[in-house]
Amino acid sequence: MSLAEHLNHIGPALILYIGAGVVLTADMFSGRAAPRWQLAVLALIGGLGWTYGLAMGDTRGEALGGAVRVDDFALFFSFLIIASTLAVVLSARQWTDSIERGAELYALMLISAASMVILAQANDLITIFIALETTSISQFVMAGLARTDRSAEAGLKYLLTGALSAAVLLYGFAFLFGMSGTTDLDGIADYLASAPEEQRLPLLLALVFVLAGFGFKMALAPFHAWVPDVYQGAPTVVSSFLSVASKAAGFAVALRLFYTGLGGGDTFLSEDWAMFVAVLAGLSMIFGNTGAILQTNAKRLLGYSSIAQAGNIAVGFAAVAAGSTIGPSGVMFFLGTYAATNLGAFIAVQAFAERTGSENIADFAGLPKRSPVLAVVLSLCLISLTGIPPTAGFIAKVYVFNGAVQTGHEWLIVLVAVAVVNTAISAFYYLRWLRTMWLDEAEDDSPIEVAPAVQAVLAAASIGVLFFGLWPAPLINAAQSAAETLL
Amino acid sequence: MLIAFLLVPLLGALAAVLLPAEQEKNARVVALGAAGLTCLIAVAVFLGFDASQEGYQFVQRFDWIDKDTAGFAVQFAVGVDGLSAPMVLLLGILSVVAVLVSWNIEVKQKQYYAWLLFLETAIGGVFISLDLIQFFLFWELELLPMFMLISQWGSGRRLYSATKFLLYTLAGSAFMLLGFLVIGFEAGTFDIIELTENPVTDAVIPLGLVFWAITLAFLVKLPVFPVHTWLPDAHTDAPTAVSVMLAGVLLKMGGYGILRISLSLLPEQAHDFSAILAAIAGFSVIWGAVITLRQTDLKRLVAYSSVSHMGYVLLGAAAMTDVGLSGAALQMFTHGTITGLLFVMVGIIYERTHTREIAKMSGLMHHMPLTGIVFIIAGLASLGLPSMSGFVAELTTFLGSLQAHPAATIAAIFGVVLSAGYILWTVQRIFHGPADPAWAHLTDARTWPEMVAMGVLVVAIMAVGIYPPILTDAIESGIAPIAAIVGGVA
Repeated sequence: MSLAEHLNHIGPALILYIGAGVVLTADMFSGRAAPRWQLAVLALIGGLGWTYGLAMGDTRGEALGGAVRVDDFALFFSFLIIASTLAVVLSARQWTDSIERGAELYALMLISAASMVILAQANDLITIFIALETTSISQFVMAGLARTDRSAEAGLKYLLTGALSAAVLLYGFAFLFGMSGTTDLDGIADYLASAPEEQRLPLLLALVFVLAGFGFKMALAPFHAWVPDVYQGAPTVVSSFLSVASKAAGFAVALRLFYTGLGGGDTFLSEDWAMFVAVLAGLSMIFGNTGAILQTNAKRLLGYSSIAQAGNIAVGFAAVAAGSTIGPSGVMFFLGTYAATNLGAFIAVQAFAERTGSENIADFAGLPKRSPVLAVVLSLCLISLTGIPPTAGFIAKVYVFNGAVQTGHEWLIVLVAVAVVNTAISAFYYLRWLRTMWLDEAEDDSPIEVAPAVQAVLAAASIGVLFFGLWPAPLINAAQSAAETLL
Repeated sequence: MLIAFLLVPLLGALAAVLLPAEQEKNARVVALGAAGLTCLIAVAVFLGFDASQEGYQFVQRFDWIDKDTAGFAVQFAVGVDGLSAPMVLLLGILSVVAVLVSWNIEVKQKQYYAWLLFLETAIGGVFISLDLIQFFLFWELELLPMFMLISQWGSGRRLYSATKFLLYTLAGSAFMLLGFLVIGFEAGTFDIIELTENPVTDAVIPLGLVFWAITLAFLVKLPVFPVHTWLPDAHTDAPTAVSVMLAGVLLKMGGYGILRISLSLLPEQAHDFSAILAAIAGFSVIWGAVITLRQTDLKRLVAYSSVSHMGYVLLGAAAMTDVGLSGAALQMFTHGTITGLLFVMVGIIYERTHTREIAKMSGLMHHMPLTGIVFIIAGLASLGLPSMSGFVAELTTFLGSLQAHPAATIAAIFGVVLSAGYILWTVQRIFHGPADPAWAHLTDARTWPEMVAMGVLVVAIMAVGIYPPILTDAIESGIAPIAAIVGGVA
């Protein structure tokens, strides 16, 4: 394999890394006059194009000595991550123009996104850990970038919990490596296939550590404590990036490690870790939804909601059955629709907050009059988050819950029962917000302008929410074929 | 044909929203056109329905989620049988009535009519779905327009009531989805026809549990004691048209679900629990009636009477005999027209008196003779006077259930006595008695939308009362297979 071929495999990430460097260099030479936004957008479009090229072509398999692997699964997530980042960047211009370190934000976001793409491709424990750290560290800085007290606090909190979770993750990796003697996921899978029953306990310990580490990225309870604080305190641009791209990357790497490295449903351990994931899923839904009920700040509410949604997604993660793709494909379908939904919600909140200076839900009163676009998009996204048809959120929930029932495990049915009750609880706070928006009278009914780029992103998000709600087949097909490469 | 039945209101809703602002007034014309056309389609479906054949007619199917790729199949499949055809007709009629009684709505007309038409599509989808997931989709879809209609155009504690409605329904339907998924996993299909022909006999969790998971949603919707408390609130605070739709067709989704899904898909479990269902039904009839007697608010009174009357539907269903099930199906249709009419009348009175306090009204007959007469007709039909549709339905229900559940039936028959009490007492307090000069300015209900709305429903009530076979032929062809399934278990 020639160097060019190796580079071709990691092309999407590479182009983003280069983009980050170019943005910083341009900023260094011409400061604010530099077209940093345009450069970042260009890099992301390049990344998307490269991913598309890989998906259409027949470049598949391992590269860089087995450190990364290009397959449908990696490409699905690479597309999802870069597209979400593009949406975030497109809507970020106004805010970055107002702060001192706009170029740094773009550079950090590109680095973080690139590392997430590598994370989705990673096929080796070392690669996973390095990519995870790179993406995390850039996120710590981004969270603190606004230089307000809250933002600094968010950054520090994120850093401390992140460092702890990385340590725990590494501990789990050390166990896995110690027992299997390899860091290669396929090698670990081979070892597990013939592992003696006595090693169950240390292996389980390793899995618990690893899940704790990933749970932090996926925002699963009980590793969720940072989420509301960071989402509220960090700049909204960063929060939306964290809630979508970072979560997708967390699930991507966890799926890859557990379904490929740990043999999916085919090993004696699978039911153990699936049960553990199920417990985390249940806790996340309960903590997330009960926490969200009392919130009055829009970003904090979305933070709790994203914990609950992580629980919903994890139901699909736990739905592991030998040889079946229905669990992981549910995770991917959910993440795909969730990206459109949550980005729509976050970006609408961001556009609102930039103009009004308020993130209070009560201030959303009378939004339809002030900005019909924001009101309609935000409503659609909230309905989709609740899981009411005809939006994509409905299909996603049915798909994931169905996947869990299809495994035929009683305990997963109990989990789905917890999940459906939580759906009803979540309706309370999502629709309360909707109600405030449409029914309460605004104190100030000056119109809110929305920049064209932001409008375009919002339109794309709502089209996604409706399109996949009415015609889910294309995304299901993509998720299924991506999930097949896992097994 | 059935696709058009779903699409026409939807397109009407779209057209209403897209009207230019200066055409706001014409939203009601658009709505009436769309609802009228839908009603014609519903009539055509009903007349075109061949009652001499069992099974579904006008069936149309499309693959929605493909089995080969997704691992499970969801189709978009519609069809009517003898059970759903009358429901389709009822929905068609009541939607026109709903548009007519909201003729004078002034706030945000475009949105109002759009939500109303959207509601019609959502409810229609429930009645004609032949796939469990599709059924669930429409079941949930109906929440949104109802929430919006009650919370935006309602009165009183409208936000509270709309939220309560929503949470009760969502909590119920959440478990319904779980039940559907378990059945679908066991049978490998969500197709209602296939599942009816080959009921699942075993599942990962006990089927009794599945039965209750699903039936709970229907009991909430019906509603029966003790999950009925959302209903009076929703009714009281909803605008008239929404009350008509709520009492007329929305509650029927619960009864329809019990017959179509609980009984047909899980006959053995339904049979095992029939005594419990009958007990709930009997208690609900009495409890609803007693509470109704105590109401001082006219709209709340009619609302609580629905709790009592929908108990008959559950009683007929719990009988699980041919006659009992027919009674239940018939009661659904007749209650829809009768209570629909009662709510229309309450709306007409409230629009003029601006009060719903029964104590404040007296001798309205002097000023509003037509209103009074139609109210009395609706009241008499509601208490089950022979020659009106309520009588036929209740009698059939009791005949069907007496043998299977004598205690509950006798309790329910006592409920008829109570309902005669509250109806006659209400009529006496509002319409009779000395003329109150405070009400001398009242005008009778003589605008054309009001007259048409009342006329249509009175005709429907009388027609079924005098010549029941118009409905019962169709109903029996739909009920026979269900009765054969649940009856076959015993």
